[in-house]
Amino acid sequence: MDKILVGIKRVVDYNVRVRVKGDGSGMETDGVKMSINPFDEIALEEALRIKERGDAQEVIVLSVGSADAQQQLRTGLAMGADRAILVEADTAVDTLSVARVFKAIVDRESVDLVILGKQAIDGDNSQTGQMLAALWDRPQATFASDIKTDGNTLVVTREVDVGLEKIEIDLPAVITADLRLNEPRYVKLPDIMKAKKKPLDTIALAELEIAASPVLKEIAFEAPAERGKGIMVDDVAGLIAALKDKGLIQ
Amino acid sequence: MTKILLIAEHDGSALKPSTAKCVSCASQIAGAELHLVVFAADAGSVASEAASLDGVAKVITVENEANEHALAAVLAPQIVALASDYSHVFGPSTTFGKDLMPRVAALLGVNQLSEIMSVEGTHTFKRAIYAGNAVVTVEAPADAKVVATVRIASYKAAGSGNSASIESASVSADIPAHTRYIGLEAGASDRPDLLSAPKVVAGGRALGSTEGFDIIYALAEKLGAGVGASRAAVDAGYVPNEMQIGQTGKIIAPDLYIAIGISGAIQHLTGIKDAGTIVAINKDEEAPIFEVADIGLVADLFSVVPELTESL
Repeated sequence: MDKILVGIKRVVDYNVRVRVKGDGSGMETDGVKMSINPFDEIALEEALRIKERGDAQEVIVLSVGSADAQQQLRTGLAMGADRAILVEADTAVDTLSVARVFKAIVDRESVDLVILGKQAIDGDNSQTGQMLAALWDRPQATFASDIKTDGNTLVVTREVDVGLEKIEIDLPAVITADLRLNEPRYVKLPDIMKAKKKPLDTIALAELEIAASPVLKEIAFEAPAERGKGIMVDDVAGLIAALKDKGLIQ
Repeated sequence: MTKILLIAEHDGSALKPSTAKCVSCASQIAGAELHLVVFAADAGSVASEAASLDGVAKVITVENEANEHALAAVLAPQIVALASDYSHVFGPSTTFGKDLMPRVAALLGVNQLSEIMSVEGTHTFKRAIYAGNAVVTVEAPADAKVVATVRIASYKAAGSGNSASIESASVSADIPAHTRYIGLEAGASDRPDLLSAPKVVAGGRALGSTEGFDIIYALAEKLGAGVGASRAAVDAGYVPNEMQIGQTGKIIAPDLYIAIGISGAIQHLTGIKDAGTIVAINKDEEAPIFEVADIGLVADLFSVVPELTESL
């Protein structure tokens, strides 16, 4: 294959505990550390490995969002992507529209394979890859833990609830990366310097003339219900007594 | 009129427990008529089981060799062909539904709601975001179809005293050949299914190795419990990913959850917050798991877990 496109989403870092704003209007994200969505790093790592073993020519990273996302795209370039595209939007973009943006870039670039993270850790939706595959009328292999390339077909192992499912798909196709697909590489300082010279193109969202989608309105945010404080027991006998007390064991 | 089409999840011979839980969710939408659709090569036994679920008005079967295995690219166009009569299309938030429903939504030209945990109105629902750090109320547009997955941990299974009518349908849809099923390597399991087990025992990184998990399996066997794990234990390679509980794994709601050697990161806690009783065993008394545990025991797990198994 020629080109692999990888999605990069800028999200609140995995280790930050995000809180609801006092007035319930949204999340408190000012000044918190931002990172590449962890599953997108796994997606990019896999694309790079496919290229490095000679099965692809070019890896392009794409982000849809504010200009700040250039930071995460630069990290993607430092990991090894050849070039980056930012589709810049001033306001939040709904998932279906993000999928439409990916479809527009896929057409423009004649992409053979798109690899995305299986979900973003902010919205926890797990939708973009499936939606792109639908709009493109191409195969999807979600929750991938292994990818074998064989010319124009791929054999993908998927992490499903009951175990591991294998499917065979024809290119072009969409894959979403699960946790165990690989362990992303660490970026080294010289790579960060090199990444500064790699091309990063910005396209205004309006320029792509994406059709408007019916948007889901987020009307209120609240903190999750707290569980009541429990009891501490001293030993196994105490634990068994407490479980019996609740009728959970005989 | 509110008409809901729910996609049944099954393994070819029996319904998955996720379906009865989705029925409970759909039944909370006031005045809705609920139809369950079974895509299969041979829908027979699954359809009769589906027809027994309380709250289901009708079961529709779509039988086709291509439907033997649930491939999203194959099922989605068939669902779209059926969807015109419905205001809502629902599926479970299992890997089956998460794979399928966004594809359906995109073909219908709408956004999709993931993992609804409460019904607030015909078009208003609550769902969790940021690993459960927040619950957001979402309003879907009144003039578009609602496509959603249901967080099955938030609902009890519907009863099964019903006898709804079963109707066979043929749909005209282009079934793609670009996606082919090869096979399933099921995890070693005569143990109860993690997603529906009333009792679950789970281990964390503190177990230290694959062999370390033996004491977890022994306790689970004594209790007749399912076995889960934290992401850290999966990351470390001690157990397969299908055992992962939390934001990026399974979201469960057993009556009893025993967390052993699990510190309780927020990403894990979101996967168990609907559990009836949470028991935590951890040697670190500062571990965040104790903040949500109903019963806590600060102890060395390698000594107390075998002792507990022995005493039961």
